[in-house]
Amino acid sequence: MNRIIKLLGCSLLLMAFTSCVNLKEYQKNRINDSEMALSNRKVEKNELNFQSYREAASGANAGKTGGGCGCN
Amino acid sequence: MKKIYLSIVGFSFICSINAHAQSKADSAKIKPAYTINGTPKQDSSHYNPHKLHLDEVNFVTSYYSQNGDHSAVTGGIGTEKVTDIANGLDLNFVWTNHNQNKNTLAVGLGFDYHSAASQAFVSKTGASSPTGTRIYPSVDWTVENAKTGNTFGVGAYASSEFNYNSLGADLHYSVKTDNKNGEFSAKLQGYFDHVTLIYPSEFEPASTTINTNGNYGDGGGHHNYGSSPRETYSAAFGYSQIINSRLQIAFLADIVEQKGFLSLPFHRVYFSNGKDTIERLPSSRFKLPVGFRANYFLGDNIILRSYYRYYADSWGIRSNTANLEVVYKVSPFFSISPFYRYYTQSAARYFAPYEEASPNQTYFTSNYEYAKFHSQFFGVGFRVAPPNGVFGWQGLHELEIRYGHYAQNTDLTSNVVSLNLGFK
Repeated sequence: MNRIIKLLGCSLLLMAFTSCVNLKEYQKNRINDSEMALSNRKVEKNELNFQSYREAASGANAGKTGGGCGCN
Repeated sequence: MKKIYLSIVGFSFICSINAHAQSKADSAKIKPAYTINGTPKQDSSHYNPHKLHLDEVNFVTSYYSQNGDHSAVTGGIGTEKVTDIANGLDLNFVWTNHNQNKNTLAVGLGFDYHSAASQAFVSKTGASSPTGTRIYPSVDWTVENAKTGNTFGVGAYASSEFNYNSLGADLHYSVKTDNKNGEFSAKLQGYFDHVTLIYPSEFEPASTTINTNGNYGDGGGHHNYGSSPRETYSAAFGYSQIINSRLQIAFLADIVEQKGFLSLPFHRVYFSNGKDTIERLPSSRFKLPVGFRANYFLGDNIILRSYYRYYADSWGIRSNTANLEVVYKVSPFFSISPFYRYYTQSAARYFAPYEEASPNQTYFTSNYEYAKFHSQFFGVGFRVAPPNGVFGWQGLHELEIRYGHYAQNTDLTSNVVSLNLGFK
């Protein structure tokens, strides 16, 4: 089952990359929508902090990966 | 709450000054409209686009409330009740240099106030102060090449609270592909922290001064606490790519190495023989999180924001995180965003619940952060960003409110509500 999911994931990624379109700036009205940003929302900042205190995993989300702790 | 209100009023005042910064020059002389028959006149105002100006101000405040029954201070049992008020102010100053490169100086200041019931039990009698504050300033300078869009920057960070002090610095760089549809970014960070060695009262070295009430952690009468260093080095890499006019994706990966005193000295562990001691964890930890984001614009008013992360570390923890947010744009300037996040992790090889750790183990902890569990986090966010300002107030260009409920299968639950105000 895991192998099928991995294969499906890889296929989707491959399809996505091979179908990349070279967009001009004037074609980016949807991509440039502020809610399409590939980043955390500003309002999420403190949520990410408390998650990093209560859970062992952190990082790969532009948040903290350790250090500068505010541990209670 | 009073402080928050005063802060909002203060920031609004700063922004209203900025909003009117250009009005003097413009109102000096009203120029006739440009026509093809006339000769364009020179702009007689003294507006200088290169000049440093306050471009944006963001104020984020959150109220966090938590309940649970597995506090690490009391060895994996006992209250985990916490309330926390976190406030952050970010000021972005912008100017262009002689090459038309855009410079951004981001100055931030954070202030948190928390109350943690378990903190009182650093003292065996529960007499320690349950409250604390944290202050964390930051500064970051970024320059963006006007032609290529590539950026380079440096940043510095500090954090101070009663039992923990931190200094950090970073270098970051990003480069766009030739067609500007892809971007690679890298960030190198270092944190140099000091953990104050505040032990549970029954393990407190005799040399440490205790105040007359026998209290710990209340800011008085304890000048002899030592500290131990903790260092964190990380390299964060990212690659984002526009796939088509509706879809863009990003790959993220961090490589993190921590060294030094990685446990907390006031965390108790009760062994299976009934004796207790303090948490002991290895002096190094290697972390490897890898993530993937995909945002898709569905139709004309729905945006799907998705995120997945796999995490592994040298303490034996493996974790998966999946997040989906559905943004429904009621209008171009108002959106509602329900979200759901699922998280699962395996236990660290050093974790054992209350009275289950063996005294023969080299390392041990009863901190449920390192336990096997899964959690769910869900809620909804609202964003308002009308072109003529929120509530018709030009200076306030964005308002976001978000509520979330978090629940672990360890019975820890929490609620968090956050507000972001963006001023231009």
